[in-house]
Amino acid sequence: MYGIRTALLCTWLCAWSCATATVAHAGPRAEVIHWWTSGGESAAVKQVEQAYRAAGGTWVDTAIAGGDQSRAVTINRIIGGNPPTAAQFNTSKQFLDIIEEDLLNPVDDLALRDGWDQVLPAPIVDVIKVRGHWYAVPMNIHMQTWIWYSKSAFAKAGITREPATMGELFADLDKLKAAGIVPLAHGGQAWQDILLFSMVLSNMGGRDLYLKVIRDRDQAAIRSAAFRKVLVAYKRLQGYVDPASPGRNWNDATALVISGKAGMQIMGDWAKGEFVAAGQAPGRQFGCLPGLGADSPYLIQGDVFVFPKTKDASALRAQKLLASIVDKPSVQLAFNRLKGSVPVRLDADDSQFDACARKGMAILRDPKRPVGVAEVYLTPDQNGALQDVLTAYWNTDMPVERAQNSIAAALRY
Amino acid sequence: MATPRLSLRLTRVTPYTALLPMAIVAALGYLGAGLWTFYISLTGSRTFPSGRFIGLAQYHRLFDNERWMLSLHNLAAYGVLFVLACLVIGFLLAVFIDQNVKGEGVFRTIFLYPYAMSFVATGLVWQWLLTPGDGIDGTLRALGLHDVRFDWIVSQDCAIYTVVVATVWQMSGLVMALMLAGLRGVDPEIWKAARLDGIPAWRVYAQIVLPMLWPTIATVLLLLATAVAKLYDAVVAMTQGGPGIASEVPAKFIMDHLFLRSNVGLASAGAIVLLVPVLALLAPYAYARSRKEAA
Repeated sequence: MYGIRTALLCTWLCAWSCATATVAHAGPRAEVIHWWTSGGESAAVKQVEQAYRAAGGTWVDTAIAGGDQSRAVTINRIIGGNPPTAAQFNTSKQFLDIIEEDLLNPVDDLALRDGWDQVLPAPIVDVIKVRGHWYAVPMNIHMQTWIWYSKSAFAKAGITREPATMGELFADLDKLKAAGIVPLAHGGQAWQDILLFSMVLSNMGGRDLYLKVIRDRDQAAIRSAAFRKVLVAYKRLQGYVDPASPGRNWNDATALVISGKAGMQIMGDWAKGEFVAAGQAPGRQFGCLPGLGADSPYLIQGDVFVFPKTKDASALRAQKLLASIVDKPSVQLAFNRLKGSVPVRLDADDSQFDACARKGMAILRDPKRPVGVAEVYLTPDQNGALQDVLTAYWNTDMPVERAQNSIAAALRY
Repeated sequence: MATPRLSLRLTRVTPYTALLPMAIVAALGYLGAGLWTFYISLTGSRTFPSGRFIGLAQYHRLFDNERWMLSLHNLAAYGVLFVLACLVIGFLLAVFIDQNVKGEGVFRTIFLYPYAMSFVATGLVWQWLLTPGDGIDGTLRALGLHDVRFDWIVSQDCAIYTVVVATVWQMSGLVMALMLAGLRGVDPEIWKAARLDGIPAWRVYAQIVLPMLWPTIATVLLLLATAVAKLYDAVVAMTQGGPGIASEVPAKFIMDHLFLRSNVGLASAGAIVLLVPVLALLAPYAYARSRKEAA
């Protein structure tokens, strides 16, 4: 498949270079690999493309459906010596190995010029700054563990106040259950299980325990009584999902909340797009809750562009131009309004965003609240191993002690 | 006299020349890649292949991994059930069609059709059919059978069996086609002789025809065995390995670690482990073939 793709691309490029040969001073040509292929996403990336074209560049779009597939193509092309000008990754350790093999161009000039140390949230800085050099241009921030709830379901169950502690959350779930509503809409896929777990760990264990377990992989913290309580609470949530939950896609779970069949869902801010597409508005038909309590940790991740190493002078120019375009506040605003995420720059103007996004931006500016999701601190491999244990624990009658031991083992490697 | 000798030599050389490209591809593509995979499995490679030699540590980690062990266990259970069910159903279908039924072509097409479709599509349909509340379960409920529950696909213990059912549905048509070809190759004289002796048809099938079909069955077994080892698309389309990790299989473990989890070393170790039973199955077959050819 990849061979065909390359062949097609070559043909296309040849045709393109013939067509543009007559144009004097064709702008720097940037081939960009990304996986923004759904409706809202591709509209969002078009904004970046337009800005790049307006600055005189030529954009070659290589959109590949599916993050895994897209990253695999990027890595294969880097290994094969035919890297794209720029490629999308998540704000995570996905590209750490590429940095360590010295295959990425740093963007230090831009980072210094725009003062990234000040304008970017710390968890993002920790990922893209390696040994004093900046290796990626962040595009957006997604907050992954919002609590989305149906106002009509809450009213039917007699819930008048948003939950502020884990205890209140369970009380509300009980009320929803008593009212004959599916209390928790959950898609039983491994990535959604770990997302739910992260929400429980961060809200119940707080920032300290969360970072000790996920960032430091501290064996003592994993074996502590506090962490065991988190695991028990996580498992307790399983009693509130419906029998058809295993294997369900996240948007199908969101649809349950939209229709009022389910009370709430814990999901990233991309779920908001589903509500909006169904004609619902935040604060009216549905509510968005960034966490339990006023100082709950705020779990973030996002997307970045990286620029593979190249000796080609024109490709270098394209990389420099694209990096500066992506980092522009106006481009970030245009992109994120369509994508459903928020700009990565804390100094961005958020007056045009909806209530949920503005709430999120305000939290981001409080340095004590944003922390990264598990993928930000763990290698893809460790994160996967953790995911395997959590999803097995969620779905089976595995005793909590064994889950605790398995997590300790999974995070040891 | 020089010309005929030259042409004789040419006729000898030509087949080898024609085979050479394929031989090179096989040697480099299969053997070479196999050896390379083994080498990588001994290193600490992550996203990129690296030369950092760590001995058998990846294998140690592999067999310390709950998900991998469960995958192997699932593969064994799946393999036995899948191969047996395909053989029995395929053979019975072939016998059924062999009775000179009307509209034989239609039946053959119907039975063979599943094999012609990609499991990425049919697996999704199976998933819909098996989802509790919808599909089969919903139909039973609508028919008034409120106590009947059909929720295998979300059950820890039964999820892997739904994969068996779906893949048997897909493969047994092919087995039928091969068996039918075998049955058609049986000498009609044998049937005549059996009828004269008054032997019942089922005994002719069981005791005379089946043993004669042995080469066909061996081919079918080989095809089914490789299908077992590479089982991947059905699981991805139907259960994604879930619920939890209940229906994980080794090929999915390897693919996940190769790309998603950026651990080429561990994935390679898994691939080598998966290669061992395939070789163990192939070796007796190849040995029997070589004995036969020598004889």
